[in-house]
Amino acid sequence: MRTMWTALAACAAGFALAVAAQEITFYYPVAVGGPITKIVDQMAADFEKENPGIKVKPVYTGTYQESIVKALTADKAGAPPTIAILLSTDMFTLIDEDAIVPFDDLAASADDKAWMKSFFPAFMANSQTGGKTWGIPFQRSTIVLYWNKELFKEAGLDPNHAPENWKQMLEYARKLTKRDASGNVSQWGVQIPSSGFPYWLFQGLTTPNGVELMNSAGNETYFDKPAVVGALAFWVDLGRKYKVMPSGVVEWGTTPKDFFEKKIAMMWTTTGNLTNVKNNAKFDFGVAMLPAEKRRGSPTGGGNFYVFKKAPKDQQLAAVRFAKWMTTPERAAQWGIDTGYVAVRPDAWQTAKMQEYVKSFPVAAVARDQLQYSVAELSTHDNQRVTKALNDGIQAALTGAKTPEQGMKDAQAEAARILRSYRR
Amino acid sequence: MSRNAIHGWLLLLPAAALLALFTHWPVVGTLWDSFHATTRAGKPGPFVGLENYQVMVSDEVFWRSLTNNLWYALGTIPVSIALALLMALWVNSAMRGRTWLRMAFFTPTVLPMIAVANIWLFFFTPQYGLLEQVTTALGMSSRNWLGDPETALACVMVVAIWKEAGFFMIFYLAALQSIAPSLAEAAAIEGASRSYYFRRVVFPLLMPTTLFVLVNAVINSFRLVDHIVVMTKGGPNNATSLLLFHIYQVGFSFWDTGYAAALTVVLLAILAAAAIGQFVFLDKRVHYQ
Repeated sequence: MRTMWTALAACAAGFALAVAAQEITFYYPVAVGGPITKIVDQMAADFEKENPGIKVKPVYTGTYQESIVKALTADKAGAPPTIAILLSTDMFTLIDEDAIVPFDDLAASADDKAWMKSFFPAFMANSQTGGKTWGIPFQRSTIVLYWNKELFKEAGLDPNHAPENWKQMLEYARKLTKRDASGNVSQWGVQIPSSGFPYWLFQGLTTPNGVELMNSAGNETYFDKPAVVGALAFWVDLGRKYKVMPSGVVEWGTTPKDFFEKKIAMMWTTTGNLTNVKNNAKFDFGVAMLPAEKRRGSPTGGGNFYVFKKAPKDQQLAAVRFAKWMTTPERAAQWGIDTGYVAVRPDAWQTAKMQEYVKSFPVAAVARDQLQYSVAELSTHDNQRVTKALNDGIQAALTGAKTPEQGMKDAQAEAARILRSYRR
Repeated sequence: MSRNAIHGWLLLLPAAALLALFTHWPVVGTLWDSFHATTRAGKPGPFVGLENYQVMVSDEVFWRSLTNNLWYALGTIPVSIALALLMALWVNSAMRGRTWLRMAFFTPTVLPMIAVANIWLFFFTPQYGLLEQVTTALGMSSRNWLGDPETALACVMVVAIWKEAGFFMIFYLAALQSIAPSLAEAAAIEGASRSYYFRRVVFPLLMPTTLFVLVNAVINSFRLVDHIVVMTKGGPNNATSLLLFHIYQVGFSFWDTGYAAALTVVLLAILAAAAIGQFVFLDKRVHYQ
């Protein structure tokens, strides 16, 4: 803390300005249930109390999509927020718009460097490119498998063990699918949602199949590799061939409800739903890592802190201080407990509060244990457009409009066309 | 210029100024932007002529959105107008509880589209959704309504019709109440049947309202996309992508504002053509009293 103060004092002196009242604007989205705005406002107030001279103005900006629209529009109008939480996958977009500064330029002391190294490496994969750190992990998540222990027992399966690999998941799902004489299904074995952002759940299949979807420079994609096509074929077959999952596109938003209604025995969804499931499932449930194929694996997701370039330097420094304060082990732990997000640094899991929480609710640690196998969420230059090309290909295959080969070939061709100008 | 003319222009000025500032100027700006590449990282895009329009010709999602939108318009406009008229005739008749009925029909209009879409999302949910409970009770097999490209567009059309019909009903109801009861009495004395009276008297008298409602319905069929965002996000595989939704995606997800401007120009041209067509061709068949 002391080094921080000296650094800040030095800078303030350099600007020949008293650090009387720095005001920083802080945009944040809400993507999960719960009284998030109240928690954030409280955190900002606590920060102000401990850091006289800095005022934080938290601004709730809607969903992630609305937040990036607001932040970039404000930036184009010349009045961006000082700091904002936006999707980790928006990194390349923000860099291409020349909207953000890397943290390395603002936080260069030994203490700062240690801070930037204190996060889980899996989360940093979406926060760094070209040797610089552009985002600081804050509300991060990953995909896990939830299963209904009661339905497992009914089907004669061990209620305490989730499927370990794809073969087992299929075998369990077959036993868990209930059909009447005329073929109508009253209960599905497994459900992987595919509306909105199917690419993310798809990464929960491609990663175990031993393949990554893009390079870390974000200017090349590998959608047409055989392992990617194979992963998609497996997803399509679950619905169309083996008939253990609803066929067609499955809605993301209603999937937890399907699970509560016992219409599905296993579901894939974000760890961000953990608190929701805990409060609403009227049966014993389990949480497990995604099943393995060639290896284990799942993509990370969620939001990072970004500092905006057009903000004055002393405000940027105050914003870094705020980000640092928000991600101390204790606060990261508390934020994880309050929301269901994965606490972003290993030492947060060593705090007394977190250890007590994990003891009373052991499944909270599953996401953490999965992180060692996790990879970066799909993120490239012109990210949303490339992502849409992949989404369209996946949905075309799931609805039977194209074969998995054709869907991925078209998606790759489109992505290559979009990315060609970033490869020069 | 005479004093009167000056007075007239002065009275028009505030409205004209606002219209020019918030409608005409942005239209010109959009047209201008559509001939330029997208502004990236603060550097203004260079003049590219018709390139954005060439991109459009080869943009499959654009063509898909356009055809979707035409089907959407074709499906929602006649049905919602017919339903509105039917409901208006019903709640215009003397009967008990008609205030409640009117309110019930009008309720969908009052609700925000986002809320409506979230409710309908659960109506369409496979297995336990309202629609599924009805169809399975009738012995039909279960369907994934919003997840199947064959049914998804029809589903979002149903939501739009449900939302719009009540709104149009209000206009028809107001028009029906302004028809003098003496006309009905005269028709009854002449021995005209009810259907003849409706066809030759009521319907022609409602024509101005029908034109107004039609113009609104056409505009709405290109303008209302809130429920698409909530229910399908244009999926599955662009089966429910409408023109304005595509523009939003290009403009605010892809940040390709130059291309989005070109798409907007096309949307404007379509709407202008529709409005001109309606006024020029239909106006002749409309009787104003």
